[in-house]
Amino acid sequence: MTTRRETAITRRGPLARGLLTGVGFVVAVGIVWLGVAILLDPGAVTRILVTTYEAIGLTGQAEAIASRGLQEGFVRLITSLFALLVGVGGVWLLYVSGNVLIEACPERVRPRLRPWLFILPAVILLGVYLVFPMVETIRLSLTEDGGFAGNFSFVFTDPAMRIAMRNNALWLLAGTSGSVVIGLAFAGLVDRVKREAFAKTFIFLPLAISAVGASVIWRFVYAWRPEGDEQVGMLNAVWTSLGNDAVPFLQTTPWNNLFLIVIMIWIQTGFAMVVLSAALKGVPTELVEAARIDGASERQLFFRVVIPSIRGSIITVATTIFIAILKVFDIVFVTTGGRFETEVIANRMFSEMFRFRNFGQASALAVVLLVVVIPIMVVNIRNLRRQGVGA
Amino acid sequence: MSKRWLIATIAALGLIVAACANPATGDGTTTTAEAEETTTTGGEESTTTSQSDDAAGETPYEHLNAALSGEYEGTEVTVNAQWIDAEEENILSVLTPFEEATGIDVTYEGLTDYETVLTVRVEGGDAPDIAQIAQPGKMRQFAQAGQLVAISDWINMDQIRADYIESFVELGSYEGDMYGLFFKGDLKSIVWYPVQAFEDAGYEVPATWDELVALSGQIVADTGTTPWCISMEHGDATGWVGTDWIEDILLRTAPPEVYDQWVTHEIPFNDPEVLEAAEYMSQIWFADGYVYGGNTAINSTFVGDTQTPMFAEGGPECWFHKQAAWIPDFWPEGTEAGVDSSFFYFPPIEDEFGSPVLGAGDQWMMFHDRPEVRALVEFLATPDAARPWIERGGFVSPNSSVPLDWYGSFPNNELAAIMADADTFRFDASDTMPAEVGQGSFWQAMIDWVAANGTGTEDVLQTVEDSWPAG
Repeated sequence: MTTRRETAITRRGPLARGLLTGVGFVVAVGIVWLGVAILLDPGAVTRILVTTYEAIGLTGQAEAIASRGLQEGFVRLITSLFALLVGVGGVWLLYVSGNVLIEACPERVRPRLRPWLFILPAVILLGVYLVFPMVETIRLSLTEDGGFAGNFSFVFTDPAMRIAMRNNALWLLAGTSGSVVIGLAFAGLVDRVKREAFAKTFIFLPLAISAVGASVIWRFVYAWRPEGDEQVGMLNAVWTSLGNDAVPFLQTTPWNNLFLIVIMIWIQTGFAMVVLSAALKGVPTELVEAARIDGASERQLFFRVVIPSIRGSIITVATTIFIAILKVFDIVFVTTGGRFETEVIANRMFSEMFRFRNFGQASALAVVLLVVVIPIMVVNIRNLRRQGVGA
Repeated sequence: MSKRWLIATIAALGLIVAACANPATGDGTTTTAEAEETTTTGGEESTTTSQSDDAAGETPYEHLNAALSGEYEGTEVTVNAQWIDAEEENILSVLTPFEEATGIDVTYEGLTDYETVLTVRVEGGDAPDIAQIAQPGKMRQFAQAGQLVAISDWINMDQIRADYIESFVELGSYEGDMYGLFFKGDLKSIVWYPVQAFEDAGYEVPATWDELVALSGQIVADTGTTPWCISMEHGDATGWVGTDWIEDILLRTAPPEVYDQWVTHEIPFNDPEVLEAAEYMSQIWFADGYVYGGNTAINSTFVGDTQTPMFAEGGPECWFHKQAAWIPDFWPEGTEAGVDSSFFYFPPIEDEFGSPVLGAGDQWMMFHDRPEVRALVEFLATPDAARPWIERGGFVSPNSSVPLDWYGSFPNNELAAIMADADTFRFDASDTMPAEVGQGSFWQAMIDWVAANGTGTEDVLQTVEDSWPAG
């Protein structure tokens, strides 16, 4: 689109080109301005409609709207329509005027400038919503509350934080390996069943549930009631019907951590399975056949041939899940709230920030998470690149 | 060439405009919300603020009267509070008459995980106009951060002082300005029991702690059931039931001055007096067979469900439940306060400290200063505002101008009687301590202590002492 218009404009000479762009620019500014005005003032929609009706002579309609007001749903619809116009108009404005700006530059530098123009919005958004908060967090961790020494010594020496650190390590270890191993097992197994898509859907389904939703479900699975009351939790209902005493799963330290990790595995296994299953299908048949002919057993085939050839995918899956688990918050928040020695770093960060308002200590926790996650991300991205090149 | 530069300049301007417009579309909701705020305040401030500044608090109910004459019709006020379910109906019975009389649209939202969600909203620039808070400590944090509107700046303080006793004004104040308007009072020093079964068994309401413990033992021996229903699971507020017990007992085993010093940390949190209070508490909480479901149930049953076993079909599964007067709202359907269960005063322990009462209260905080918000705050300060809730029960107004005959029936009349007999009144300590203790380590300590079934009391109290913020 842009290129065609560009050539059309160029052909018409500088005056026509200037006029055309000028008109387009004014129209776009008008749309954006109107849209912003409407988004800012909830009464604007009504007023515009009233004015429009009056202008075309439908005074009765105008009065009816002015006196009775509009239905809320209708106002919302109009508002979102204008939001859309502002968005599209704004983006159009940005790129077209940017392009004109570049056209105005000497020909040599244009190719060098253009890519910058196009990534500019993304850079600005990343800067405002990612880089700035990150820098601010680091600043807070060094200046607020106890300063650098106080905040970071809290992170590493506070007894509650030690438990959180231990738990996070447990989560990373058990959660990541659990998800990957079980996901790989399922991927290998569904490869051999008839209705593969059907079987996969079931395992993939938990991933579609939000972590909060999943945690609520599992809180019921683990629920405990005093002896004599009806056991509403699934596990305890089964367990007591076998003649045992009910087990307070979420309060039994330290095993309750494992019970929470099971929720994460339940969610993440589907993801691991889908990616690894795709990778398995990418293993060349010739390779497998050759191994079989050479007399490899199924076990040898899987561990010596298949796994090495999908190593890249396994690393990607493992690092992605590792990062997700590192910042685990919702599962703990919903099920135990960090009680009964199930605290994790992210939950503690939330408590420090929003419950106790210790911005420095909360920021220090965030910085620790950031530092830990960086090497993992490097591995993840490198690995993705290598795969991209290989494919 | 010159035309080219002209175009370039226009285009550059366009870039700036677009850069401003983009975030608006990217995050439409926040921008709209903020904008609403600015436009509404901007629009009306010019007319009303100048008015009120001249007359700052000279006439009582100035804004309320303006609202009643329909001046703010069609405006909107948002209210957040922790009252949900049955309690939501109570607060709506208070707000609806105001809406009907003034035409102001009051949007109420009751929230679970209240303190957390409210803080998130306030920090995120999405504060409601008015919000309830139970912890004076939390209110002071908001005030300190400059997020609250000082009510004393514009309200008629003569009227406030005429309606509220000094201690409520003080509890709602921070550095000389009043930010919190007390609305609802709570007595915590009461124990609910099943009246009929209790009388049938020939038991008598215990008048001392020793009698209470002895009767608990007798109930175990007589019926084989557990005498107590105790539990404290309440989302991220789990643990407060335990802190209430410690406080109530401390008021009965130590002079009120010790309690005050404990709250302000002039004595260590784990002072021997506090340890002694915890040991008294263990006599009931961790005595074998005394609590329904044992220590696991204490940590895992929802606060609102605590008393349910008392109404079991085959007779009470537990006989005592220490909880404030709002608990009947959570009882199973078909039960009635005063009939199925009534309460007695949580008995004194050491004679010399008389009959103290532990209480709490909810106050309103104001986040945005608009005339219609002022009108609602003024309304909530009137005795009439509380009347519907008083009549629905479970509500004690801190407003002394509320006529006592409004509290016609149970439980209000009995609460008023306990209040009248009280030698000392103290506000819930955990609500007054710094948030990381009062809503953090103190609650957490109770959870850990219960999880350990009452062992390691000294260590548990030490963790709270260690967590007290410096300075």
